Amino acid sequence: MQGGEKEAQRYVWDGAIPLQVHLHDSEVTTLPPPPPALILAPRIGYLPLLSSQLKPFFSGALPPGVDTIWFDYKGLPLKWYISTGVLFDLLCAEPERPWNLTVHFRGYPGNILIPCDGEDSVKWSYINSLKEAAYIIHGSSKNVMNMSQPDQVELWRSVMNGKLETYNRISSKLKLGIIEDDFSDKVNPSLKAPHTVNETEATTTLKTSRIPVRLYLCNTNQDFENLETVPPFETWDQISYINRPVELNKEGKYFTLYDAIKSILPEFFHPAAEEEGKDGVIKLVRIQGIEPKMEIPFSWVVNNLMNPDYFLHICVYINAGRPMGT
Amino acid sequence: MASDQATCDGSLSSTDFQNAANAFAQKWNKFNSGFPEWSWIDCSNRLGFATHGVTEGYLSLQKVIFPRSMEEEHDKGSSNDQEEPFDTATLVQSTIDSDNGDRYDFHVVYSSSYRVPVLYFHAQTSDGQPLNIGEIEKNLPSKSSDVLMESKWTFITQQEHPYLNRPWYMLHPCGTSEWMKLLLADHAHNSTDRYLVSWFTVVGQVFGLKLPLEMLKS
Repeated sequence: MQGGEKEAQRYVWDGAIPLQVHLHDSEVTTLPPPPPALILAPRIGYLPLLSSQLKPFFSGALPPGVDTIWFDYKGLPLKWYISTGVLFDLLCAEPERPWNLTVHFRGYPGNILIPCDGEDSVKWSYINSLKEAAYIIHGSSKNVMNMSQPDQVELWRSVMNGKLETYNRISSKLKLGIIEDDFSDKVNPSLKAPHTVNETEATTTLKTSRIPVRLYLCNTNQDFENLETVPPFETWDQISYINRPVELNKEGKYFTLYDAIKSILPEFFHPAAEEEGKDGVIKLVRIQGIEPKMEIPFSWVVNNLMNPDYFLHICVYINAGRPMGT
Repeated sequence: MASDQATCDGSLSSTDFQNAANAFAQKWNKFNSGFPEWSWIDCSNRLGFATHGVTEGYLSLQKVIFPRSMEEEHDKGSSNDQEEPFDTATLVQSTIDSDNGDRYDFHVVYSSSYRVPVLYFHAQTSDGQPLNIGEIEKNLPSKSSDVLMESKWTFITQQEHPYLNRPWYMLHPCGTSEWMKLLLADHAHNSTDRYLVSWFTVVGQVFGLKLPLEMLKS
C-alpha cells in the first residue's frame, strides 16, 4: 500500500466489466456479419471512451457516413455520462457476464441522450461533475476551476487510463478530503501512519458535513423473488436520480450507510411505509458492484467506494407498488 | 428569520426555493399580463410515493416566442449596440401570434448541490424542430453569444433535465451563489421573496429578457 491509497479504492479502480459488443443489425453491410467484440470496460470509465478500440474493429462493416458512437442494452439507449460500472449495477439486477451490449455508429437518439462529441464531451462531463462535488464539499468550485491546465489534463488522463497513483497525487491538491475515516483507524491502527505524515495537510483540509451522493432509484413495480426475475428496463422513466447531498450527522454514534440512505429517502423509513411492505420497500442497495451491509460506517463507504468525480453512486432497487410519475 | 440567514451567502434552501418561486411567479403574472405565465409544476409524486420534507417541483414558463425577424435585425445591427439590444415588450410575445419565431420553454429547477435555482431551457422552431446550440446562439444578444464562444463547456451545455430525464440546455450554476450574494447584500429583509427577481435580472439577460420595472420595486 502506498501514498494514502486504500485497498478497496484499488479494487474499485481495477474493476472492469467484461463486455460482448454487437454491431447493430441495421449497420451491418458485410456478409458474414462481424463477430462481437470482447472487451474489458473499466468500471470508472465511460462507454464512448471504448470508441478507439471498437471503431477499428467494426469499421469494415459500417455503411459510409459520419460516426457517432452510442450503445444500447436490450433496446435501452445507454447514458454515456453515467460511468460504465454504475450502468451495469443499475441495469443488470442479476449481473450478466459478459454483458451483451449493442453498439451503434449512426442514428444518435438526441431526444434521449445528451450529445457526445467524443472524448472532450466525456472529459467536461467529468470535470463538471467534479466541480459540483467540490461545491458540495467546500461551498465553492474554485479549487477545481483554478486547477492548472497540465493538472487538469493529467487528472483526466489518470481517470481515463485508470492510473490511481497519478489520480491520488493530483486530486489531493484539490483538498477534497471528504471525511475522517474513523472506522479504518480503529480496526487497523497501522493505517494511522500516513495521516500523521500529512498532519499539516490534514489540519488545513476542511472536514465537510455535506457528502456528494448520486442515488439511482429503480422502481421494479413488482415484488421479485430473486434478481433473475427482474424484467429489463424499457425506458429511463423507470429510473430516477436523486442528486441530494447527505448531511453528515456527527453527533453520537457512527453514521452508517443505513442512516445515509434514510436521510435521502425518508419516505421508506416511515413506520407506515415499513409496515406496508413486509420486507420493506428497498429491495437492493448496490455500490461498485457490491451489496454492502447497511451497518457499515458511511465514512468508510464514501472514502473507499466513491467514483473519481468524488460522488458516491448508489443504486437502489425499490418496489413502491406502483409506477413512478403517477 | 432563519430563511433570511440562509440567503446571506447567496444560496437558498429547497423550502425557500418554493416560497421564492411563488413570490416570483405572482409578481411576474401580475405585471407581465399578456405574456406567458410562470407556473409551479409539482413533482412531489414523481417517485410513485409522496416525498417528505423536500420540495419536488419546478417553475415553468412555456412558449416564449423569439421572433425570427428580430434575429435578422440583430445580425445586421451594429456590434456596439450591446447595452440594451431588445425591449422585453417586443421580444416576449404572447402565444397568439406564434407562427413566426422560435419557441422557448424555460424551467427553473432547484439544485441541491449548489443550493441555487438553475435555468433549464428547450428551444424549437415554429414547426417543432429542436434548435441546436448554433441556432440558439443566433437568438441571443451578442454579449451572450460571445461568452458562449469563449466558454463552450462551462456556460450553456445540454444536461439531463432532473425531472424530465431528457436533454435540456442549462446555464451552469457554479457561480450563482457568488453573484447572488452581491445582489442581495443591500436587502437584508425579505431576501427570500426577492431572491428569484434578483436572480432573473441576471439570468434573463442571457436571453435579452428583462423584468418590468414594477417587479424590481416593492
